[in-house]
Amino acid sequence: MSVGVLALQGDFREHATVLRSLGSEVTLVRRPEELAGVTGLVIPGGESSVMDKLTRLFGLAEPLRVAVAAGLPVYGTCAGLIMLADTVLDGIRGQQSIGGLDISVRRNAFGSQTASFETDLDIPVLGETPVHAVFIRAPVVESVGPLATSLATVADGRCVAVEQGNLLGTSFHPEITGEYRFHEYFLRKVRSAAFRG
Amino acid sequence: MTDTTTPEQFGSSRVKRGLAEMLKGGVIMDVVTAEQARIAEDAGAVAVMALERVPADIRSQGGVARMSDPDLIDSIRAEVSIPVMAKARIGHFVEAQVLQALEVDYIDESEVLSPADYVNHIDKWNFTIPFVCGATNLGEALRRITEGAAMIRSKGEAGTGDVSEATKHIRTIKGEIARLSSLTKDELYVAAKELQAPYELVAEIASTGKLPVVLFTAGGVATPADAAMMMQLGADGVFVGSGIFKSGNPQERANAIVKAVAFYDDAKIIADVSRGLGEAMVGINVSDLPAPHRLSERGW
Repeated sequence: MSVGVLALQGDFREHATVLRSLGSEVTLVRRPEELAGVTGLVIPGGESSVMDKLTRLFGLAEPLRVAVAAGLPVYGTCAGLIMLADTVLDGIRGQQSIGGLDISVRRNAFGSQTASFETDLDIPVLGETPVHAVFIRAPVVESVGPLATSLATVADGRCVAVEQGNLLGTSFHPEITGEYRFHEYFLRKVRSAAFRG
Repeated sequence: MTDTTTPEQFGSSRVKRGLAEMLKGGVIMDVVTAEQARIAEDAGAVAVMALERVPADIRSQGGVARMSDPDLIDSIRAEVSIPVMAKARIGHFVEAQVLQALEVDYIDESEVLSPADYVNHIDKWNFTIPFVCGATNLGEALRRITEGAAMIRSKGEAGTGDVSEATKHIRTIKGEIARLSSLTKDELYVAAKELQAPYELVAEIASTGKLPVVLFTAGGVATPADAAMMMQLGADGVFVGSGIFKSGNPQERANAIVKAVAFYDDAKIIADVSRGLGEAMVGINVSDLPAPHRLSERGW
């Protein structure tokens, strides 16, 4: 059982490190054939417009859509959340997403880098201890459709974490703060999907 | 009494260094107009560096090179949604204040511009905005990190299209890090003295085997193979300055360099993207440059 990390651009090594420390084997995914054997996939933080472009150029976008539709567990952080959103607001010209999450996300919703911040969030599904969250030119989920569930909001009420079946997305980056609970939560989805599969 | 809610914290080291983490595996392109910024974003740049003249023109035109006109920076910010970086002169903390007020995403305290202070660099801890600084060796990188740099780029020799200095600097930094890892604790005190860097930082790098910030490469990258070589030598990503918009077909070359960085270890893909790119920028051999014209020697 190996969990894939999309490794075209961004902080994929940080995700791989967290997954390995939780006992997973990790496959870095850049080509369609590398996607074939994975039981789950993490789409890392990075620049969503670059990931979109490279997944399409190198033939990964369509296999990813097929895998998501077939129920592959996928966790996206920041750019990864954007990749999983059905609707991307403020994308660059021609930007597409893989989709799967019934949400609209807005890129760079907090503004430029000087508005990037860290804070604590209450996320009931992960337990009572707050999650320390780092937002870097982060997106927000502007609207959550009926199929998706909001897991967390920032102080002003905007949604920053969502779940829908085997899909999970966060605007922030647990992979750079030593916060493992999101990855554990995701790996539970991976294990139960593999068990059912 | 403990407060259970922490307020939002802006400009922390984690937030500053974090943006650089997200740029990894990417190409940051120098642009001098909004139109070039558009080409760069379409080609898959992870960020653009907004400036008035690319290094090759600064080199050929001479004179004092300064921070760009705020109107130019605003026009580029308005054109693209990827991060926008801009350069301040070494030690010019007011240019840095201005760039922070303009809400660019990263400041490059850069030797490509004329230094404003031949003794001090900017105290980068005073800013909410993150800084990237150049370095030719590990000691220089550690001094910049001590001053608050959140990202390092090896300098190379900007505006030449000659990759040899970029190679030298990334190899030097990587080699010095590897050497630290092999030293015993008592030897690290001397290493810190020789590197002219704080002992705690030197000890941290000896134990982790890497810089605490992201390391990009810059200065002379002109082809997809150049960029891929920098990645294979251990760079986290690549700055391309004059190499794109001083070439025959900027759009195609920008596309090709982005692909070569993502697939830096796949020679077949690098071969494919290297086909039919037209003229590369006209190069200058670094060995033909008299010492006073070597930008990498600015900064200390």
